This record gives sequence, structure tokens and C-alpha cells, in this order.
Amino acid sequence: MEKNQNNILEEVTNSDYKYGFHTNIEMDLAAVGLSEDTVRFISAKKNEPDWMLEFRLTSYRHWLTLTEPKWAHIHHPAIKYQDIIYYAAPKRKKELASLDEVDPELLDTFKKLGISLDEQKKLSGVAVDAVIDSVSVKTTFTDTLSKYGVIFCSFSDAVQNHPDLVKQYMGSVVPSNDNFFAALNSAVFSDGSFCYIPKGVRCPVELSTYFRINAANTGQFERTLIIADEGAYVSYMEGCTAPMRDENQLHAAIVEIVAMKDAEVKYSTVQNWYPGNKKGEGGIYNFVTKRGICKGSHSKISWTQVETGSAITWKYPSVVLMGDNSIGEFYSVAVTNNFQQADTGSKMIHLGKNTKSTIISKGISAGQSNNSYRGLVKVIKRAENARNFSQCDSLLLGDKCGAHTFPYIKAENHTSIIEHEATTSKISDDQLFYCKQRGISSESAIGLIVNGYAKEVLMHLPMEFAVEAQKLLAISLEGSVG
Amino acid sequence: MLSIRNLKVSIKGKEILKGINLDVNAGEVHAIMGPNGTGKSTLAYVIAGREGYEVTEGEIIFKGRNILDLSAEERACEGLFLGFQYPVEIPGVSITNFLRTAINEQRKYKGLDPVPAVEFLAKMEEKKQLLELQEKLASRSVNEGFSGGEKKKNEIFQMAMLEPSLAILDETDSGLDIDALRIVATGVNKLRRPDNATIVITHYQRLLEYIIPDVVHVLFDGRIVKSGGKELALLLEEKGYEWIRSES
Ligand SMILES: Nc1ncnc2c1ncn2[C@@H]1O[C@H](COP(=O)(O)OP(=O)(O)OP(=O)(O)O)[C@@H](O)[C@H]1O
Ligand SMILES: [Mg+2]
Repeated sequence: MEKNQNNILEEVTNSDYKYGFHTNIEMDLAAVGLSEDTVRFISAKKNEPDWMLEFRLTSYRHWLTLTEPKWAHIHHPAIKYQDIIYYAAPKRKKELASLDEVDPELLDTFKKLGISLDEQKKLSGVAVDAVIDSVSVKTTFTDTLSKYGVIFCSFSDAVQNHPDLVKQYMGSVVPSNDNFFAALNSAVFSDGSFCYIPKGVRCPVELSTYFRINAANTGQFERTLIIADEGAYVSYMEGCTAPMRDENQLHAAIVEIVAMKDAEVKYSTVQNWYPGNKKGEGGIYNFVTKRGICKGSHSKISWTQVETGSAITWKYPSVVLMGDNSIGEFYSVAVTNNFQQADTGSKMIHLGKNTKSTIISKGISAGQSNNSYRGLVKVIKRAENARNFSQCDSLLLGDKCGAHTFPYIKAENHTSIIEHEATTSKISDDQLFYCKQRGISSESAIGLIVNGYAKEVLMHLPMEFAVEAQKLLAISLEGSVG
Repeated sequence: MLSIRNLKVSIKGKEILKGINLDVNAGEVHAIMGPNGTGKSTLAYVIAGREGYEVTEGEIIFKGRNILDLSAEERACEGLFLGFQYPVEIPGVSITNFLRTAINEQRKYKGLDPVPAVEFLAKMEEKKQLLELQEKLASRSVNEGFSGGEKKKNEIFQMAMLEPSLAILDETDSGLDIDALRIVATGVNKLRRPDNATIVITHYQRLLEYIIPDVVHVLFDGRIVKSGGKELALLLEEKGYEWIRSES
């Protein structure tokens, strides 16, 4: 029985990556490797003001003094930073005035991904910023949004058109010297999304960014900055895919969120970067720094993530709870299969009084993969009545995979209440047989059981994403049931 | 409907079923009784196609076809249903979602389109009433936190929804209070049709007062040692299995 389970597990975990195509688009590339010249090249390409170049150069110089962090439970051959191309952009003939001028190949790419960039045909009311190889190619709905005073544009456009906001907030949550990958990103980022919701505005549509790596040998370094002013609300979604390639590609992004008094930001991610093949070759190295700050009182930031892709995932979406009565949430499903490695979790830093945080982490490991939860709950001395609840569950499919939990708690105020629960379970033969006896195939059964297991997280996703995420969960475990 | 010939089954080299012969015709209800550990559940599992059992001899003919080579899900799609002695919990999966998935997979097997939502929900309503199920049960996760009796009722509810040709109910009566037993039995009776059949595995004569069996079999040490009418159940209750032992 045991043996059979593993066979089916293998089958289910062996489905193919369906976003693995790449598009032939003429590319504007930087020379291979990284130096001050590369940084200057990127800045010049983007026509940036001096302060931006300065920011990049300072970051670059700091990066030179750093070494890669080694504490994560991941293993990979050394990343050769001098072999990477740091800037790749679809060649633009001129400024795009309308969708008709977007490269048809590019539109085709997004069609294949199931993303419509056509505002007229867009029924679901989701504004999309599409970023391909770190360059924003098209932002939809800009006009509608501007009626509400909402700014939603590419990061580059924000640098040009809203320099004061960018200057004020960029690096205020994730300083460029925060860590090795943050410093690298701050030096070479090429684009990303920018979003500002003015005081008292509930953003009328979901904002969404699709990130796509296309060019070979390139790194993708995008940067997202979201600012919700007093009493504002926004729900933001991020999706990621990449072509199948034999070599590993580096992705090192930064996301910064600022929530002012009474503001709320909901950030949802469905990360499906190419995970590598069944032998563990290729796949994206995903080293991402995501952090939000609840700056004002009664503000709230929630991270919801479904992580199914990448050869390596290194990410810890965090919330700094500075305002009194602010709330931080982290809901995560991380699936690893074949030889994937994920080291992911969250940090909740309680600085204000009566701050509350919740961490729900659901790891699912199959194949020979490794899935680790790593989290920090920190309560400083003056943070009276802080509360945290953490629940970290691991689900194992098969017996060759690993699940690990590394919860760290630092409480300096005795009024804080911190609860941590952890479970490890397996999909049992009994459960599978029960499903099969009802006529449900092994694959569907795994999908059903896994989605049930992840339900507490999936229910926090916006509708448009939830369905996609459910399918993705089932697909990424295809070939791994018994 | 079902014809089992000289079925011998081992688990890890140990013979559990030692030559079972059993014939069940459409429209019939059969009861299988017997002491603990004699192989009743094993027989049910083997018919349903659970892996891990070694069939060393014999055949199982279901609707005219040897099903030993079919997977559990194929047998289910062919119309075989097993009401589990110990139903398992599937956290986070609502009964509604579970059943819709099951019905659609069975329909797919038969080349049919997925069941329209309205039709499905109407059927859920109808069957819920048939089994006097609590309104909220269907939105709860499959068996999660269910009481023993609720789990058994849920098995019959699933049977009602899936409309199998042959249902094997493994000790569906144990753990039920008198009212639940009556409801479950009534449910089974109402679902009885000339073209389907039921095998009830039970320890209690009591159930057979509600579900009148056509044939009662006594399974003893891996063999069916006695078959008879419903009066056999009464005899068993009166005399105990020792009587069978001395008879056989
Ligand atoms: N997976 C297994 N591994 C080892 N032995 C098993 C296994 N399953 C069943 N057996 C053994 O096979 C025999 C028959 O078990 P089975 O569950 O079929 O009995 P039963 O007649 O249904 O009993 P009960 O009335 O208690 O439900 C028992 O001795 C049991 O211990
Ligand atoms: Mg039994």
C-alpha cells in the first residue's frame, strides 16, 4: 500500500508547468554583469532624476559590502552575480498611447496567461499592471482610477510623475541596506508597480500586477510601493509566471506597503514562477523582501500568499505594527514538489499598544522537496497588550519530502499574549480510499483534500484569485497521490 | 448483480478470506453477520477495490464482469458503494463540494456533462429530507467533528445522492440511537428498487427488523458457513456464535 501511494504521489507531482512558453520579442538588454556602470546604464535607460541614481549607487555600494544570508534552510549552487543580465526590456518604438500600439506578441503572451489587458473587454473590474522582464508594459484602468485620485502606474512613471511620493516612501519600509537581496534590488530594479490611495478613498477596483520573466539569463528585480493614506482601502493582487528554462533565474523583488491611520491594505499573491523540472533542474530563485508598516493607529495590513512555483522561495512578508490598535495578518499556503525548496513565513513586529497579529501558515510538501516555515513574533517593551496567534501546519505527501518549522518569539512586554500551534499531517490511505470509493480519482482526491486543508488561507483571497489558486494547488501536486 | 466465486484473500501473507461464495441478485437485500475479526470488513473492502489485499484465488463478478482488475474509483463509477464502518474525516472539504465532485467524476466516467447546479442542489434537498438531516450538515466538512451517529447518517446520505446499483453497508447501524436507526433504515428501504441491491453487515438482529433481508449469511473465520432466511438472525441472537462453531 505504502509503495503504491508513493507511485501515485509521483504521478500527481509530475504534471507539467503550463506557463513555460516564451515569447520572441525584441529586447533591449544591458551588458552581462553588474558594476556601477550597469547601475548607471539602467538609470539612464529610465531617464531617472539624480536622486534616484544616487539611491541606486548608494545601494549598490552597500551591496558590495554584504554577503548572501546563509540561515535559510535551502541549498543551491552559488549564484553567479556577474553572469546575470540586469536589464531586459521589450523594445519600445515610442511611447504607448493606446493598447493598439503594444507589441502583438506581448499581448499574445498575456492572452496565454489568461490576462486581458483590454479595458473595454475587462468585465471583472480589475485594474492590471503588466510587468514583463521588470518593465511595465501596460497599466489598465488608469483613467477610471484617477477619478478617485487613485494613482496606479508603473514604478518608472511614478518616479517621473510623482517624485515627491516616491522620494518620501521608497526605502522607508525596506531600507536599501535591509539585506543582501534588498540592497541588490535597490541598485538594479528596473520597474514595478506604484500605488497611492488618497485619504478616505476605498479603491473601487482590485488592483493587480502580473509579473512575467521572459528573457533568458536575466534577473527580474521589480519593486512595488503601495501607500494607503488615512482611512483608505485597497486590495492588491500579484501574479507571477516564467518560461521553462534549464538555467536558474534570479528574482529579487521588494514590496513596500505603508498604511496610515485607519487605512487597510490587503495584498494577495499567487506565485507560480517556473519551479524547475522533475529532476530539479532550472527554475526561479525567488528571494523577495516584502514588508508593510501599519504607521497609523487602527490600520491593517494583510498578506495572503499562495506559493506554488520557484525552485527556491525565500520570503517573509512582514508587518511592522507601529500604530496603536493596528492589525497585521499573514495567510500562506506554500506548496513544494519534486526538488523545490521553500523557506517562508512572516515577521510580526509589535511596536504599538493593543496591536494584534495573526499568522496562518499551511505548508504542503511532496516529492523530495523541502518546506520550511520561519517566523518571528516580536513585542517590544512599550507594546502593551499585544496579541499574536500563529498556526503552522504541515501536510506531507509521500515520505521523501521534508517539513520544518522555525518559530521565533521575542516578547519584552509581559502583558502580551502569544499563542503558537503547529501540526504535521499526512494524506492518509484511508482518506484517499474514501474518496476513490465515491468515484473520485486519486488526482482529484488530492486536489480536494489539499484545497480543504488550505481553505483557511484560500478564503482570504479575492474571488478572482481564489479559483485560480485552487486549480493551481491541484495542478502543482498532480502526480503525487495515493 | 454480484457473484463471488471461491474468493481467497490474504493480508501480508495471512489468509483472511478462505473461499467466499456469494450471490446477490438485483432487488435483494442480504445481511452478513459474524463475530469480530472474521473478515466482514475485509470482504467489503476487497469488493470495493481497496489496495493492500492480496487476492490469491477466485473472482468477483459485478454486473456480469470480473471487476478484480478495476480500480476502486472505476468500481464506484460502475455503481458500487461502500458505507464505511469507520468513515474518515476530510477537513475543510464540505459535504456539498465532496458530493458534487464525486457525482461529476462518476458522470465523466459515463461520458456525461457535469450535473447542473440547480439539479444538484434540488437533489441534495430531497435526500436531506429523506434522511431528516440537519440543514447545516451539508455545509460542514466531511465527517469532521461529526458524532458517530452523524457519520453513519452521512454515509447513507451519500448513498442516496450517488444512487449505486449495489450498496454494501458495513455496520452502518452501530452507533445509531433508536430514532437514527429508524431514519437510516427507512432511508435504505425507500431507496430500494428492483434494479439495485444492498448488503448490510451487522452485529444486530435489531437492524433487520427495519431492513428485512432476503438472505442472511454467517461469516465465520473467513468462510460463509451458513445462509438462510431472516429467522437465522434471530437464531444467532438467541444462541450466539458458539452455536455456529459447534454446527460447523
Ligand atoms: N490492514 C490489515 N493488516 C493486518 N491485519 C488486518 C488488516 N485488516 C484486517 N486485518 C485482520 O483481518 C481480520 C479480519 O478483519 P475485519 O476487519 O475484516 O473483521 P470484521 O469481521 O469486519 O470485524 P468487526 O466485526 O470487528 O468489524 C482481523 O483479524 C484483522 O485483524
Ligand atoms: Mg468490520
